[in-house]
Amino acid sequence: MSFFLEVLIGGLLAGVMYSLVALGFVLIYKASGVFNFAQGAMVFFAALTFTGLQEAWQLPLWLAFVLTLGVMVGVGIATERVVLRPLVNQPQITLFMATIGLAFFIEGVAQLVWGTNIRRLDLGLQDEPIEAVMERFNLLVSKFDLVAALVAGALVTVLAVFFNKTRIGRALRAVADDHQAALAVGIPLKQIWAIVWSVAGFVALVAGLLWGARNGVQFALTFVALKALPVLILGGFESILGAIVGGLIIGAAEKLAEVYLGQYVGGGIEGWFAYALALLFLLIRPEGLFGERHIDRV
Amino acid sequence: MFYREAGQFKTSYATDQQIFPIRQDRIAMAVLLAVAFVAVPLAASPYWLTAILIPFLTFSLAAIGLNILTGYAGQLSLGSAAFMAVGAVAAYNFEARVPGMPLLGSFVLGGLTAAGVGVLFGLPSLRIKGFYLAVATLAAQFFIPWLLVKVSWFSNDSTSGAISTQPLEIAGWLADTPTEKYLLVLTIVAVMALVAKNLIRSATGRAWMAVRDMDVAAEVIGIRIVRTKLTAFAVSSFYCGVAGALYAFANLGSVQPEDFNLDLSFRILFMIIVGGVGSMAGSFLGAAFITLLPIALDLLLTDGAAAIGLALPPGVASMAQLVVFGALIIFFLIVEPHGLARLWQIGKEKARLWPFPY
Repeated sequence: MSFFLEVLIGGLLAGVMYSLVALGFVLIYKASGVFNFAQGAMVFFAALTFTGLQEAWQLPLWLAFVLTLGVMVGVGIATERVVLRPLVNQPQITLFMATIGLAFFIEGVAQLVWGTNIRRLDLGLQDEPIEAVMERFNLLVSKFDLVAALVAGALVTVLAVFFNKTRIGRALRAVADDHQAALAVGIPLKQIWAIVWSVAGFVALVAGLLWGARNGVQFALTFVALKALPVLILGGFESILGAIVGGLIIGAAEKLAEVYLGQYVGGGIEGWFAYALALLFLLIRPEGLFGERHIDRV
Repeated sequence: MFYREAGQFKTSYATDQQIFPIRQDRIAMAVLLAVAFVAVPLAASPYWLTAILIPFLTFSLAAIGLNILTGYAGQLSLGSAAFMAVGAVAAYNFEARVPGMPLLGSFVLGGLTAAGVGVLFGLPSLRIKGFYLAVATLAAQFFIPWLLVKVSWFSNDSTSGAISTQPLEIAGWLADTPTEKYLLVLTIVAVMALVAKNLIRSATGRAWMAVRDMDVAAEVIGIRIVRTKLTAFAVSSFYCGVAGALYAFANLGSVQPEDFNLDLSFRILFMIIVGGVGSMAGSFLGAAFITLLPIALDLLLTDGAAAIGLALPPGVASMAQLVVFGALIIFFLIVEPHGLARLWQIGKEKARLWPFPY
């Protein structure tokens, strides 16, 4: 039983990490209707820039963080300028394919600038079990995972407040609802998009730091985005809450499946199990757990 | 001046419904085919044949497959490489396990197997569309190669997972030189392209396009959505499957599910974006472009660096390739969303008027 709990908790905490990446997708989709395939590349780019800056000038963590955030905001604004603005009013599929191109571009630039070596990222957090929990409940819970979960929780709270209570947040929701109506009441669409992409860059940076500290900063980080996609399907593309809940479900189910089902089929099912789960789920609720239901009119 | 249809009258339904209604187009096509079938095998070096022309033709076929699904039926798919893998592995197994199986027979059966799998993974398209569907097809992309590697029956219990394909032998004719392989691939691609073109011009193709443009409206005018979407998945996967079999048999000489990864799926998607979504000519133009680009870029970078006396660190060329690829995709989507095929069309319209301004 305690083994089951351990796997479950490990899965849930890993799911939080997926949620972090999924959050970036949701933010951009909510505000601009763009399914940003480049989110994974942005995570990779942010982590690489962070470690690169740190190594190049021996910067303290906070300074590297601020500088990288600046770079990510720059990337966000440049994306809005160069990619999105000329593609206004194009079908969503076109925008999606443009972000695939953007993903390739960012991946290439990141490695041209910072090289292809695997870098270590040290946030001063150890990936070791928490002793208090181990003594009291006899469960192995990683300190690192717990911090990651707390960070994700804090991020979601901040974003939720930002979206619901601030002026910009209201504007963001208006834009998400209807571009033209938002423009008509005087909301500056271009600024809003630049802000959203910058916020998504910030989320990518946080996700990149946590994932990078856990697995090393390497090209494989871009695949994290592929893990976040089933999370999005499950939770619904438009919902921040969905990203969190979906991440938890996927994380837990994936770990449990690997441990309990994996042995029967020879292991390695982590790569696709999340997709199969999300696919099954789609047959029941095509818009995800918290997604908006679409009604087509001729 | 040379490209005028003036004086070419259509006097029967048959002439009205030709694929190439303009005489100059027919002549150009005949010349193109003659060059491809006669001049190229005589002139091209083995390097050109194996490194450029055979991959180009194979990818064209895969691009036609994806174009049928995405360009004509409007169902975005990121799993084309998985269906190619199914075609390759199935063709290998039919060839290996059925005694006396003709090679073309196993290619067709491989394609049909891929079509079956395609229909299976196309089922979600009945409920979902757009991005949700794109992500659903990713499931195929991750699940199928895993399954093919995991179940050793598919690879004939080979320990390394890499299996060499059987020789390309058709009715006693052994295609083992690059020229012969090229001719075999060219013939298959030419025939299948013709079939695809006619399929698109038929009622089936029109139904696909109606569903693409607006599925609810298509349903209202009496098109059966379920059948239309699933036939699109089936036909598309059939083409991808045969392309996969050709890729394994004629290009690589081995079947490895790892070769059919997400990267390949994206490459094929790029081919139809660059070439032209919803265009037959676009599939070929895009495949040519994406096949040639890395080679040209590689030459340019290494030679360019050598010319100014710099030795490029390894890996830079492939990184630069990623950057150029990404930038090109965005550039094409912004500047010419209909791809190279549209540029070709504009060129033809200009040629009609030349040398007069209007």
